[in-house]
Amino acid sequence: MYRQWVLTALLAWPLGAALVVMLAPPRWAKHIALATSLVEFAISVPLWWTFAPADGMQCILDVPWIPSWGIRYTVGVDGISLFMVLLTTFLVPLSVLGSYAYITTRERGFYALLLVLTTGMIGVFVALDLFLFYVMWEVMLIPMYFIIGVWGGERRIYAAIKFFLYTFFGSLLMLVAILALVYLVGQRTGVYSFAYAHLTAHIGGLGSVAFGLFGAFFLAFAIKVPMFPFHTWLPDAHVEAPTAGSVLLAGVLLKMGTYGFLRFALPLFPAVAVHPAVQRVIVALSLIGILYGGLVAMVQPDFKKLIAYSSVAHLGFVMLGIWALTLQSVQGALLVMINHGISTGGLFFLAGMLYERRHSRLIEAFGGIAKTVPMLAAVLTIVSLSSIGLPATNGFVGEFLVLLGTFRTYPLPATIATAGVVVAAMYLLPALQRVIFNPLDKSVNEKLADLSLREIAVLVPLLACIVWIGVYPKPILQRMEPSARQLVQSVRANAASFTAVR
Amino acid sequence: MSLDLATSRDLLRALLPELVLTLVGMALLLVIAWRHRTAADLRVAGWVTLAGLAAAGAAAWWLWWHTAHALGAPAMIAVDDFRFVADGLLLGTAGLTVLVSFDYLERERLLAPEYYALLLFATLGMMLMVGGEDLMVVFLGLELMSVAVYALAGINRHSAAAAEAALKYFLLGAFASAFLLYGIALVYGATATTNLSLIGVQIRTLGLDNSPMLLIGLGLLLVGFGFKVAAVPFHMWAPDVYDGSPTPVTGYMATAVKAAAFAALLRVLGEAFGGVPAWHHIVWWLAVATMVVGNLVALAQRTLKRMLAYSSIAHAGYLLVAVAAGTSAGSAAFVFYLVAYTLTTLAAFALLAAKGRDGERDVLIDDLAGLASGRPWLAFALAICMLSLLGFPGTAGFIGKWYILVAATGARQLPLAAILVLTSVISAGYYLSVIMAMYMQPEPFERAHTAMRIGRLGGAVVAVSVAGVLFLGIRPNRLLDLAKTSGDGLRAGPAVTTPAPPSPPSVGR
Repeated sequence: MYRQWVLTALLAWPLGAALVVMLAPPRWAKHIALATSLVEFAISVPLWWTFAPADGMQCILDVPWIPSWGIRYTVGVDGISLFMVLLTTFLVPLSVLGSYAYITTRERGFYALLLVLTTGMIGVFVALDLFLFYVMWEVMLIPMYFIIGVWGGERRIYAAIKFFLYTFFGSLLMLVAILALVYLVGQRTGVYSFAYAHLTAHIGGLGSVAFGLFGAFFLAFAIKVPMFPFHTWLPDAHVEAPTAGSVLLAGVLLKMGTYGFLRFALPLFPAVAVHPAVQRVIVALSLIGILYGGLVAMVQPDFKKLIAYSSVAHLGFVMLGIWALTLQSVQGALLVMINHGISTGGLFFLAGMLYERRHSRLIEAFGGIAKTVPMLAAVLTIVSLSSIGLPATNGFVGEFLVLLGTFRTYPLPATIATAGVVVAAMYLLPALQRVIFNPLDKSVNEKLADLSLREIAVLVPLLACIVWIGVYPKPILQRMEPSARQLVQSVRANAASFTAVR
Repeated sequence: MSLDLATSRDLLRALLPELVLTLVGMALLLVIAWRHRTAADLRVAGWVTLAGLAAAGAAAWWLWWHTAHALGAPAMIAVDDFRFVADGLLLGTAGLTVLVSFDYLERERLLAPEYYALLLFATLGMMLMVGGEDLMVVFLGLELMSVAVYALAGINRHSAAAAEAALKYFLLGAFASAFLLYGIALVYGATATTNLSLIGVQIRTLGLDNSPMLLIGLGLLLVGFGFKVAAVPFHMWAPDVYDGSPTPVTGYMATAVKAAAFAALLRVLGEAFGGVPAWHHIVWWLAVATMVVGNLVALAQRTLKRMLAYSSIAHAGYLLVAVAAGTSAGSAAFVFYLVAYTLTTLAAFALLAAKGRDGERDVLIDDLAGLASGRPWLAFALAICMLSLLGFPGTAGFIGKWYILVAATGARQLPLAAILVLTSVISAGYYLSVIMAMYMQPEPFERAHTAMRIGRLGGAVVAVSVAGVLFLGIRPNRLLDLAKTSGDGLRAGPAVTTPAPPSPPSVGR
């Protein structure tokens, strides 16, 4: 009972909650949003225990939606999507709590959109029908567009439209590719269906069309990740978005791109994915992302922009891990996805808290604040170290696995990527020093307030996860292993068989 | 119910919706001959019109419910699902336009009850157009519609812009009619008939698909229809005419007139020229040009009304993609898209009518700044309309666009599908700027939008349309089935066997 309905409940509950928030008096909006998002988290938590790693896709609910087009409402989770769902439900209540002081205008609209966004994000991760996936993929665009455009900084309108157009452009091409795929598969099998299982089971014999279709999927996902050179929307969107927007953007929305590669691009077009030229290009782009993101982050005067470029670098690791296609590297990529959500989410929370105190995002506006706000400084240090990938923090485990796994297929790129870890230290540590250490030379910084109880409540769960995953990641790795293994094996096997046929 | 159209009794039954509408139109003319001075008279005329539209709708529904179909030799009028569905759409559009007009006419002091009579006769003309099984009936319907709409465009005699719009529309429309008529003459010359299905038979049996006379005639027909649906490069009249006409009339032109012309075009191409491959190329290029030009020029518009005018040109391009697909899925997609587009556009124009004064020609997109904080519900409704026009999931516009893409990919028109989505991305530039103004910019001054009056009936129209758009975006199943059967009916043709269309691209399980 629980297993069958939990995913649908996770999708429906935030929508209902959004409606309640809209109808409630404005001053209650944030409390209702917090309570409902905590309930959402509570609904999702039992998944952790009821999830049976060996069963593959589970918690499936499958009902017809538009039968005349072969469209069904199909949802389910496996070891790949489980953690994305949990990450989402985990970050949303924190984002709500983190917005309590930041959002002061039109609160009802803000929190309602945040909840609608939750539905969209979870929907992307659990959809097992390409039509449903596409709808969810687009649906989460609108709330984020409004969150950036209405509650953002000075250049919010520019950032919002850029975010929207980039994503919309990519996803519409994907739409055509989905239709063509369904049509081509339908022509050969006689069944026109958008079901993920049906399509993945009959992808053989697409021939060279597969390259074009893969290209469309690749564009949509690469823009979302974002891979170099499609990343230019990200710094603008991150800098202008309010704290909660930045956190969810970095924590969840970027993962939709990498998740899309894992769930759709690889299994649907295995022959293309292991094609040497394609692999070379993507691995090269990932490496450029890792190094370029780090180097550009180094020279950013704006703290939020620095974190934004660091995301480009981190997601480069994820892409590298996915494309190395070994068990370790894929598991590492999944772990980096989770870690990036926690660490970068934490950094954006802290940047938002600094902004609320000083109304500036510039690194040089601070300096020496470890004396006035010791707790905030301590947390910022820990989160930064985890983002760099220091051993005993979560960041280390993920990146280590990616590098280890990649070394087996791509020794040279893995070596170059290791330099990226060093670069990460080179941009975050000096920034850390300039923000919290250095002499306290600005008088405004002498009267900053330290963390409030509410802010501590936001940060403690993140710190707990940083330490937990850093020290004992086994339960997570255990749950994702069968799905990751199955993915790697089936992609390699399918690719081999299709190439043999040709 | 099978009707033998050779007997006058069955012919009258088949024509029942049109006859009802004619009688009500005549009666309305009599009523307003005596009562045409006060606002109360105007309202009476409006309610009579609504009653007439409802009665005609009931008649069409009755025929549809009894699955009426024609027997025997091809006649002047078609009796198929496509006609009834199109009738329902046209009557519904007219009804919603009447509801919006009540407040609008009084506010603008257009105390001319002839407005409603013209609306009735225009609708009658459209119904004849979409039901015509003979080029002459199509032409008569088109003229009846056009003449009434010329007068509607200039119904505001105090506005120079409206006069310009009416004159321009009339002159260019007369040109278009001449093209159409000349095309009919040439087609008659080549095939010796004006009946659509007989033309199809003649083309096949005589092997006329390369006859120059027939092809020139077909080209002229396409020019004539291209004018009416405002396809690029025959769109030059549309922005000025849409801009100058009273806003409810603009909404009516952008939806019903376009729908009727498109439906007639689809029937003519499908039934008469199904065996002539040449038109596919022409329509292909028309679709591409219309999508690209309509969207690019709309991007440059600053006033809301002109932006909507160009956007309606762009949507004509999307509909042409469905026509170019040339399959039964294309016809079904066409029907569905038309419904979605009509609902959305009517609501958008109703909201525009509430915003402005004196024809709403000077309402800039930026004038909507801060509408969301002043009038949240109106802003919400307009935002939904914009998203539906953009083709965003969760709205009817998305399902419509999806269906057209399905039809295009099924007909192996991938380039056309790609151009459609790329131009849709362009369209985000102008639809989103409306949303941006409403939600992301502050009100220019305190209480900037308190003057906006939508009225109870106009509000109901907007509410119903927006609710319909959202509902069809999530649960389109019934309308999809309806569109499918009506599209299939059109392809099969009434009494003539046509070659089986290519296999439908999307057969469910």
